[in-house]
Amino acid sequence: MRAWLPLLLRLCLLALLVAFLSNPLWFEPLLRPLTQNGAPAVYNQGSLLSLALLHLRTVAIATAAAIVVAVALAILVTRPIGAEFLPLSRSLVNIGQTFPPVAVLALAVPAVGFGEKPTLIALFLYGLLPIFENTLTGLTTTPPSIVEAARGAGMTGWQRLTKVELPLCLPVMLAGIRLSVVISLATATIGSTVAAKTLGEVIIAGLQSNNLAFVLQGGLIVAALAVLIYDALSALERMAARRMGQVA
Amino acid sequence: MIEIDHITKRYGETTVVDDVSMVIEPRTVTVIVGTSGSGKTTLLRMINRLVEPSSGTIRLDGIDNRSVPGHELRRSIGYAIQGNGLFPHRTVAQNIATVPALLGWDAARIKARVDELLALLQLDPAAFGPRYPHELSGGQQQRVGVARALAAEPNVLLMDEPFGALDPIIRTKAQEDLLAIQKRFGTTIILVTHDMEEAVHLGDRIAVMDAGKLVQYATPADILANPASDFVETLIGASDRPFKLLSLGTVGDAVEPGPAAGEGIRAGASQRDALAELLWSGRPAMPVTGENGAALGRVTVEGLVKRAARPQ
Repeated sequence: MRAWLPLLLRLCLLALLVAFLSNPLWFEPLLRPLTQNGAPAVYNQGSLLSLALLHLRTVAIATAAAIVVAVALAILVTRPIGAEFLPLSRSLVNIGQTFPPVAVLALAVPAVGFGEKPTLIALFLYGLLPIFENTLTGLTTTPPSIVEAARGAGMTGWQRLTKVELPLCLPVMLAGIRLSVVISLATATIGSTVAAKTLGEVIIAGLQSNNLAFVLQGGLIVAALAVLIYDALSALERMAARRMGQVA
Repeated sequence: MIEIDHITKRYGETTVVDDVSMVIEPRTVTVIVGTSGSGKTTLLRMINRLVEPSSGTIRLDGIDNRSVPGHELRRSIGYAIQGNGLFPHRTVAQNIATVPALLGWDAARIKARVDELLALLQLDPAAFGPRYPHELSGGQQQRVGVARALAAEPNVLLMDEPFGALDPIIRTKAQEDLLAIQKRFGTTIILVTHDMEEAVHLGDRIAVMDAGKLVQYATPADILANPASDFVETLIGASDRPFKLLSLGTVGDAVEPGPAAGEGIRAGASQRDALAELLWSGRPAMPVTGENGAALGRVTVEGLVKRAARPQ
């Protein structure tokens, strides 16, 4: 009975989220007390559902690009041929993380204009570090006896990478992706300051019109999405790890 | 036949393997013994080119092992290591199928070979094939490691301390299994160990290495009787010598005519076991029976003690 409780709670959260996104007016009585002077309680300048989907799309594109670049970089610097690029790659990825996304937005807008593009650049740079570092850790901590066995069996360098090293570092890599996704989900909201269509629009509209109900519903949707995606990726990670006999 | 011809391996200033030459006969078990850092593992790894020698050549059946790319060479040579190195993300059957899959065997042939090897190593194919390595005991993992090394029917099997991580009882069993497999397939086995006991038990010939040099390369009886240096003598362990010598012969070779009372011993058992049994039960002699149960004669303490003396 106990073991089912977390799953049940998550299913309730998911149901609540879906209900709110598809029929926000149902929840109007709950949000009404948060408004003043007869301001609207439910966001009325666009569909919450389509904003949520656009928000997810932005995060998905940025994370996918970050995965490709970070994993490719991690693979490159763990091969003998690219080992000398390790310090350089580390610095580049670290700069991406230390640069505040707001600053990236400010710098990117003059170059690529308003809209989704500057947000994608900011999220991409911000998401690189966890994926890169975790993939690097996974690739460098593969047990030597297993790599040795793969060489001894006559695998080529490429076969060792694709058949042994990458599958073995999958759980650690997934953990990096999970961190990156959750950070991006939250950070994407500031993309709306440069006219990207994300849930940040709701929050910003609330702040501008002093409408607590808007701020709260925008924030809660992002939070619910983050919690659900975090848990789903954690479950995926545990599945991958359990197959390898690791205790997750 | 494996010809190791003036092989040297240097890492910077250090010479790890120093001008080693030896010839390994086909269908035999050769054991390379030495302490840690003696270069024994490096020598083994140069045969399948996991390590490239600084100078010298190694020929397999007369062909230089550098005439094919390293990974192709390694697919034709079995390789088993300590701690087995099984792939944790693949099932037992997939692990064993590693080299055949790399060689592009068809699925039916791979399955037949995997089942054959699992059965040979006393692992039920239906029960163990789909399991993951972490679900097996240490001894079972070691057997799967051997099965994987043998999967593509290699003529040569290299083993690097394959029994190092096993407890004594399972190790003895694994050694017996290995000898049985060697007899069945006629594989040339080269095994590295630091355990002289294991070397004497398994090896047709023993190569003793010290500080990168091949100190002695001879049959176990020869090594026990005429150690080439103090180092070899230390490795053998002076107090154990007569018993190691006895362990090389079977009771069948020590049979004398005459009667004896009490429980008997099989002709296939080692003379060491026979002596131990006689000393423990306090008898001067015991009957010997053939594999079919027929009485062959007896072994005596006196006769065995004579055989334990240093050969002249």
